[in-house]
Amino acid sequence: MPLQLMKGNHALSEAAVRAGCRFFGGYPITPQSEIPEYLSARLPQSGGIFLQAESELAGINMVYGAAAAGFRAMTSSSGPGFSLLQEGISYIASAELPAVIVDVQRYGSGLGDISQAQSDYFQATKGGGHGDYKCIVFAPASVQESADLVVEAFDKAEEYRNPCIILSDASIAQMVEPVLLPEERGIDPDKAWAVRGKHGGEFKRVTSTMYYIEDFDAYIKNKYDTMAHNEQRWESVHTEDADVVLVAYGISSRICKEAVSEARAQGIRLGLIRPITLWPFPVNAFSGLEHVKAFMTVELSALPRLDEDVKLACEMRVPVRHFLGGVSIPDSSVITEAAIAILKEQR
Amino acid sequence: MVEKRIPQLLVEDNKFCPGCGHGNINRVVAEVLEEMGLADTTVGSLAVGCACLMMDTFGVDWIQAPHGRAAAVGVGVKRVRPECCVFTYQGDGDSLAIGLSETLYAAIRNENITAIIVNNGIFGMTGGQMAPTTLSGQRTTTSPKGRDVSITGQPLNIVNQCRQLPIGYLARGSVASAKDINKLKKYIRAAFETQMSGGGYSLVEVLSPCPTNWKMSLEKSLEHIENDVKPIYPLGEFIKKGEKTDA
Repeated sequence: MPLQLMKGNHALSEAAVRAGCRFFGGYPITPQSEIPEYLSARLPQSGGIFLQAESELAGINMVYGAAAAGFRAMTSSSGPGFSLLQEGISYIASAELPAVIVDVQRYGSGLGDISQAQSDYFQATKGGGHGDYKCIVFAPASVQESADLVVEAFDKAEEYRNPCIILSDASIAQMVEPVLLPEERGIDPDKAWAVRGKHGGEFKRVTSTMYYIEDFDAYIKNKYDTMAHNEQRWESVHTEDADVVLVAYGISSRICKEAVSEARAQGIRLGLIRPITLWPFPVNAFSGLEHVKAFMTVELSALPRLDEDVKLACEMRVPVRHFLGGVSIPDSSVITEAAIAILKEQR
Repeated sequence: MVEKRIPQLLVEDNKFCPGCGHGNINRVVAEVLEEMGLADTTVGSLAVGCACLMMDTFGVDWIQAPHGRAAAVGVGVKRVRPECCVFTYQGDGDSLAIGLSETLYAAIRNENITAIIVNNGIFGMTGGQMAPTTLSGQRTTTSPKGRDVSITGQPLNIVNQCRQLPIGYLARGSVASAKDINKLKKYIRAAFETQMSGGGYSLVEVLSPCPTNWKMSLEKSLEHIENDVKPIYPLGEFIKKGEKTDA
């Protein structure tokens, strides 16, 4: 199949259908609206269901129902709408059901604005909803990854029976790039745990699994420990000899890659760790980096978020700084200068 | 000789308070599902409240939704598995306060599901607080001097809300007497028949006693329904096969 030019949101939507998604329930909000728009036409062609919900609350709960019935189901939203999804995400996690939730991040708290941002990091990685759960959080940095990671998210959601989040942003979602779409897959909804009537067997109860699992504390901790151990994804760029390592995901990681090239051309040993999963955070990427003098996160947000996980990952052996910029996307040269300034401090 | 017959769907004794109306309503729903041959293909959607006690005693596949969201969850199931019989079973606080949006929008879209809404005029599980359906002047733990409609607005009549919508079936029944229960069974059967024939959204509201939170004996509770509740919430079938009745 040839490469084709697609918008990030469209590629993600098409890949979701090809991954077997057969239900979408969601609500319009910029900058994610191309996802429901695309799926409203595409899902019915593949025998799937698109429902424009009356609210994000209804949308995520429709997903809960479709997922409980065994079908691959997803919803998407942005900022304010992502907040409204949290109740349902907690319930889906608590019932140990698979589902995929896309947050196309936009800037600011409250209403904020529709421009790119990376401010929902805590909400996506640290829970968002109430209680003891985690979601695997995938952070695409290109249109290609928007397609690839949504397939991965559906597979991992089913493998662990746990919701997965795609944490995109307005830039990645709106940009147009060449993409190789995944092959179309079949569907497999008649799982043993799916509610579809008991058909002569025992009746099934989809609710918090804590009611039915012995020693639930240990069980659920082990589940998330296993995910944390097995599912770390990242890309390292020139970290092997770097003095300063940038840490950035999504759109800001692309600017950082440019910064690394520019710095290297000037003889400055800059590197990059690009987390692809934000939870589990790729702590393994930080091992063997004893030569690094400082880390600097590059985040499109007004307040640092990622930098807390970097501090934990490097166990504060060296300084962890942050470079922030939410309203405007910084130029790579400014990032390089900031890294050079940190190096000078270290001497 | 009297034969005692209990629907097989009622796999355990119910766990409701003495005199609670839910037991009778459970029984009626179980009988109808069995008589219609739907016991093996039904999925129920519960949310939060006394209704949830059914999950362990009523033997169909269940999903427990977040508070108020049972209709949205039921819609998710029905849309991907249209062959299943899907119903929501909720109290008035759950379906008409926090869940009014999900309840009404399922009706507005004429979703092919059945909603059973139990109206006992209070939040039962949390100890008898005021609900949208609480009568004017009725004392509850959050309206200790009686519901003051100048502050709270008027009691919510879901039948009136739904009567203008293009839905398949709409009725209000009661479990206040044997005669009422027999009629209720007809309504509930008609609701499920509407769904299984693809006739669209069906809703049955059921007036039900809560002696515990009403702080009344069962006899007094049934009198209260007869004398005070029914005049505000009249019984009958309001939409049948998509057509408004004269009721």
